[in-house]
Order: sequence, then C-alpha cells, then structure tokens
Amino acid sequence: MPESILRTTDIRKSFGGVEALKGVGIDIREGEIHCLAGENGCGKSTLIKIVSGFYEADAGSIELAGRRFSRLNPAEAIALGVQVIYQDFSVFPNLTVMENLALNMELMDKRKLVSWPRMRRIAKDAVAKIGFDVDLDERVENLSIADKQLIAVCRALLHDAKLVIMDEPTTALTKKEVKALFGVIKNLQSEGIATLFVSHKLDEVFEISERFTILRNGENVASGSTADLDGKKFAFHMTGREFKEESYEPALISERPVLSVKGLSLRNGYSDVSFDLRGGEILGITGLLGSGRTELVQSLFGIYRPDSGSVEIGGRQVAIRSVKDAISHGIGYVPADRLTEGLFLSQSIERNAVVSSLDRLSSLGGVLDELKIDEQVASWINELSIATNDSERPVKTLSGGNQQKVVLARWLANDLKALILNGPTVGVDIGSKYDIHALLRKLARGGLAIIVISDDLPEILACCNRVLVMRDGAVVEELPAAGTTESRLGEIATGVA
Amino acid sequence: MIEYKRLVRRTEPYILGAIILLSALIQARSGQFFTNNNLVDLTRSMVVPALFAIGAQMVIISGGIDVSFTAVASLAMYATTRILLPIDYAGNVALAYAMGASFGLVMGALNGVLIAWFRFPTLVVTLGTSSLFVGIMQGVLGAHELPVPQSMREHGQAFLFSVHNAQLDLSSEMPVTILILLGILALVFLIMRYTMLGRGIFAVGGDEVSAQRAGFNVLGTKMFIYCFVGAVAGIGGIARASMMQNCHPTNLNGMELTVIAAVVLGGTRVSGGLGTITGAMLGVALMTIMSNSLILIGVPTYWQKVFTGAIIIIGTGVSAWQVNASQRRLATRRLATGKQLG
Repeated sequence: MPESILRTTDIRKSFGGVEALKGVGIDIREGEIHCLAGENGCGKSTLIKIVSGFYEADAGSIELAGRRFSRLNPAEAIALGVQVIYQDFSVFPNLTVMENLALNMELMDKRKLVSWPRMRRIAKDAVAKIGFDVDLDERVENLSIADKQLIAVCRALLHDAKLVIMDEPTTALTKKEVKALFGVIKNLQSEGIATLFVSHKLDEVFEISERFTILRNGENVASGSTADLDGKKFAFHMTGREFKEESYEPALISERPVLSVKGLSLRNGYSDVSFDLRGGEILGITGLLGSGRTELVQSLFGIYRPDSGSVEIGGRQVAIRSVKDAISHGIGYVPADRLTEGLFLSQSIERNAVVSSLDRLSSLGGVLDELKIDEQVASWINELSIATNDSERPVKTLSGGNQQKVVLARWLANDLKALILNGPTVGVDIGSKYDIHALLRKLARGGLAIIVISDDLPEILACCNRVLVMRDGAVVEELPAAGTTESRLGEIATGVA
Repeated sequence: MIEYKRLVRRTEPYILGAIILLSALIQARSGQFFTNNNLVDLTRSMVVPALFAIGAQMVIISGGIDVSFTAVASLAMYATTRILLPIDYAGNVALAYAMGASFGLVMGALNGVLIAWFRFPTLVVTLGTSSLFVGIMQGVLGAHELPVPQSMREHGQAFLFSVHNAQLDLSSEMPVTILILLGILALVFLIMRYTMLGRGIFAVGGDEVSAQRAGFNVLGTKMFIYCFVGAVAGIGGIARASMMQNCHPTNLNGMELTVIAAVVLGGTRVSGGLGTITGAMLGVALMTIMSNSLILIGVPTYWQKVFTGAIIIIGTGVSAWQVNASQRRLATRRLATGKQLG
C-alpha cells in the first residue's frame, strides 16, 4: 500500500465559539485521487485552509510527507508540496499568461527585479508539464474559465507539488471542459501527484476519485473507497437525510396551453421551435451548451427578440419585446447565474424577494406599503422554508440553495402563468436540491406551468413530465420523462447513437 | 496577425491618431501649430500635468483613485517657499526639491496609512485629505500669493535652448524642468516594468486577494505607492512654482480632474490593473493641445471646455466599447466551441 502523503488526526478548529471542525481526520495517499465532499458549511474549506497552513488548528496534528506538525505555515506547506487551487483560481486577469505563471515562482525565490526572458522560460516549462497550448502573451481576462483553471494548475505544478487541492474546480465548467480537467488530473496521477478534489457533485466523485472523505457539521461521517459508494449512500452521508426522488406525475393538466410557441427562430440561436406548455406541466429542455436552449428561453423572457415565429399566452398572440412585457404577461425567469443575473447580493433578503412585485405592494402614488411587504416576505420565507431568522440580512449570507429560493419567492409573489428556470440547482447542495425539486412539483400541482432547463439529466428526469431535447438550435425530439433513461437523453443531445 | 490584433486592441494608436488629426486641423486652419515656438510652449505646459499624471496613473493601476495630488503639491510648494523665502535661499535648487518631495511624502504617507492600513476607500480618503491639506495651508499657514526664493527663480528661468519664431517675432524657451520630468518618467518606467514592486502594483490592481495569496506584500506595496506619488506631487509643486516664478496657493485647484481624465484617456483602466506610461503621456499631450492650441483656430475658451468634455467622453467610450467587444468575442468563442460538440 502506498504511503500517506497527508494524514490529519483529530483536527479541531473554532471561530468565535462556533466549532467548525470537531476532530476531523483525512488520509490521502501518494498519487491518489481523493474526493472531499460535504454540504456548504460542513468544514471543507476550513480543513483545506488548515492543511495548506492558512489557519492554525486549535488541536490535532497534521502529518505531511512523513513529518508531523501541530502548526503549519503556508510556506512550509508549499515547500512540502501542498498546492491549493482556489475556486476563483487566484489569477490576475489584467496580466499576461506568462506573468500569471511565473510571478509566484519569482516571489518564492524572493526576487526583487524582473527578468522577462526568465519569466518566459518559467512559463514555457509550466505549460509544457501538462501540454497546455496557450498564447503566453495573451491577457488572462481574455481566456475561457477552463483555460484560467489550467493556468492555475500549471502554476501549482511549478512548485514540485505532491498534493494538489482543487476547491470545487468544476463549478463553472462545461461538460467538455470537465472531461479535459479530469484528463489533466489523471495525468498528474501518473506522475505520482495526489489530488484532493473537493466537490459535492455525485457523478464527478464517482468518475474521478478512488477514495473519498465526507464531512458533515465538522465531523467525519464516512470515508473509504468510492467503489463502495452509491448515489443514495452519498446523499445520505452528505445530508443525514434519506431522499426518495419519484418522477413527476402531473395531477391536473390544463386543457388549453398556457404558453404556445410557434415556429420561433433567432439567427445564431435557434430555429423553428414550436411547443405547447399547459398549466400543471413541468417541461424539461435539455441539450448541450450552445444548443440554443438558453437563447430560446431568454427570448420568451424578452431578453432576445426572435426573428420570426409567434408566442401565444392563454391563446392570445403576444409580442414580448422586453423583460417588462414578459413580466406583465405573467412569465417569470430564474437565470442560470443567479449571482450575477438574478440577485442583488448585498441587498437584504426582503428587498430581493419583493423587487419584481413592487407595483402591487405600493399604494397610490407609488409609496411602498411596508406592512404589506413584511407580511408577504414572512409568508414566503415560511412557505419556501428559507433558512434565515432575519429577512433584513443580505442575500449573500445565505447558502446557494436558499439564495435560489429567494429568487423563486420573488417570482411567486407575482401572478405567474409560466415560470422558467435555467439550471435551477447549479451550485446548490444536495439537500436544497431535493427541496427545490419538491417545491417545483408542488407549484406545478397547484396549476403553474413550469419550464426547467438543465444539463443535469437526472434532474430533468426527476422533475419533469415531458422533455424537449435541443441540438444545434433545433428541437430534435420530444419525449415523456417516464420510461426515458439518462443515456437515451445523452444520445439524442449529442446526436451520437 | 496576432501582433496586429493586439495593436488594434490597444488605446495608444487611437489617441496618437487623434493628436495627429487635431494638430493637422489646427495647422491647416492657423498655420501656427507646427512652429518651433508653439511646440516648445506646448512641451513647457505639459511638464507639470505630466508629473501629476505619472502619480495619478500609478494609483489608478493599483486599483485606487487619488484626487489629493494637487492639494499635496500646493501645500508642499507653499510650505517649502515659506521656509526658504525669508532667507531668500540662493543655493542648489535640489534642496527645494528635496523639501517639496519630503512634505509630499509625509502627506502621501497619511493617505497610505488610511488606505492600506485602515482599508478605507481611496476616493473618500483622498477627498478628505485633500480638503485637510487645503485647510492647513489656508488656515494654519495663512496662505497668500508669494514670490519664490532666488534659487527657484533662477531654476525656473533656466532653459536648455531657445527658439525664435521670426514670423510672429516670438521666442520660447525649453525649461530645464523638463529634465526632472524625463528623469522621473524613466524611474517610474523601470519600477513598473522591471521590479517585482512594480509588477506587484499591477497585481494588486488586478486582484488584491490573489496578490495576497501569491505572496505580494500588499500593504507595503500600497504604502509605497501613496508615499511615492505624494513625493512626486511635491516635486511637481516645486517645478510649478519655479516655472511660474510665483507661489500661488490655489491655482492648481481643479487640475486633478483634467489630469485623471488625461490618464484614463490614455488607456489606463479606471478599475485598475492596466495602463502604460506612453498612453498617459499621450493623454496629457492631447489635453494640453486642447487647452493651449484650440485658441489658435479661434475657438473661444469656454468652448474649449466643451471640446475637452467631448473628447473625454468619446475617448473613454472607445475603451469601454473595446472591453465590451472583447467580452462579446469571448462569448461567441464559447458558443462556437459548444457547438462543435453537437
């Protein structure tokens, strides 16, 4: 059996009286791919910061490359081969690829002067290690997210890394980019470099890692070989709850379509898309990135204006020229990137929840009715079980799942006919994911028409009663969710049978 | 091909084009732009704004904004003059510069402590200190117009060469203060390009958290920036008083906005992290031509302000448009790679 590169025993850490870690142990062997999983707030990040030397543990010990530490500083951790790739990659967007790769190295060597030829040499070595083909003189802000990540990986490898810690590296990546990243990780493994892969995405954990450690509320709840793990156990360990995800059976489907799309086309987006959506239905739209699915629903919400085709709402043809039009016709949209498109992060939960229904919450002359607002917000917090005790706190203090619920509350406060959700559970932990799915079913049973766009195929199959698959801007197939498998959907979406 | 694309994305070629266009226009209308005395006069008027622009740019690159440099310059200049005038100091002018720089450095250090140590927002801090410095000058020192001591007077009159325009019978002299500007330009260029300190300034302006994680001394870098630009502002003040042959406590007021506009016009990104000295100098040149030479084609002074404003809006608009364009390019590229999958 290979030696351990990192082993912690009984690590404890408190912040202001709150115990973040209550005696955590993790054991990573040389050259293995190890997954660290757990819901938000379980102590993952704290543990990473302790093993990379940024926090000092209150108790417990760290054994790194055969040496025992009770306290570790960042320089020691780096010298012993621990490298952390943060979620934001810690790159300098304004500097060139070359500088991003070489600056850390130059700083480590305590250089005072800059030698551009030496920087170029370091950068060339760095990209050569993983065969990354990139223009060294390009500014990093002009690169894709996946390329930024590879830069962070290359930079980490410059320091003779023995253990690379990746903090939720796949959050912003497309499927293809995730595959490429996994290739890189396997490549590192063949050179004897271990990876600690932090994720709460089940399929990724299964695909890439050999062993896992799951934390919950600052304690170890499970660890072992990934081969012994299945989806149910994984979800149970993460949340401490058992989940039953049944497929959605609409209770009552309205006779007339709520929303009817006929021959809708947008140049460079999608072409000749037609479908009906009835009240009580949850319609799934899936397809690869670039299949036109996002452009399609954004057109229904008035963000893009279609070139041809028509949209009917309640049997009446309508023109949706702006977001305002869409809202007045009773269409709500929850965007894919709720952080930048959907929420005012530093504003309070209350303000975020009511911002789309201010017209109805104000009296004549546009004066807001504070009492009415408080009442409404309280009822939504209760209805959606948003975990907060103070609606005046900024939305950014909530977890991803609860943030998503705030976005939902905002729309539900309006008289909605159709609600469109783009990637409703991206970046949301498992427990909240199930909660959101349950909520969508409940809303649909209440008669709302819902469209869910997602590339999370299990999610589509669990939530929806009907699925449209898009490819290259066209709807290639429509099928009922019941009896359809993930692999079938994948085949249709890629066009590879 | 890639080189060409990069050139198009830079700001300097555009602003150089604007300068050429504007000077050609003025030359065509007046015949007086490309005359030896006008060019020397223009250079002369650029010296002080260019000194200020160097400092303003360094702060903007680091992600901050400094509006206090004219107040720093005025107070440094005034305090130095007040001390040296009673003895009508006639020794080496280096002493005056050293004093001006030291006063500037101390004032810059105050900005630095408030910004780097207490992490207050740069605009608020420099607005506050700016008011503080002006207040000290007017209240404590009872500022009024002063003549300058002998050494500064002689320094301000010294020139490298003189040109004579026979047609208008006008002479202009290239002041020695231009050497101070060139020296500081060279120094700042070397710091920004060839020291880790300079790269640290870019890094902090790009992403402060990343800079911290990479191991840059963020606090030290910021302290350096504000002390250094304070000193440069002090030097600018001495140069100004020497060239004007008089120390006027308030006539630098308002110049800070023109200087910041010139820096931004020259392609320095307002949110930090990007900017070249060449760009900043071109920006200063364009602004100086606007305020000095439009009069040659009979544009009244109040219309100059309108022109200046329009140029700032168009110039910064072009940069914003470039940023948007590069984001669009990125989006289409992502879409295209996505489509290859299907």
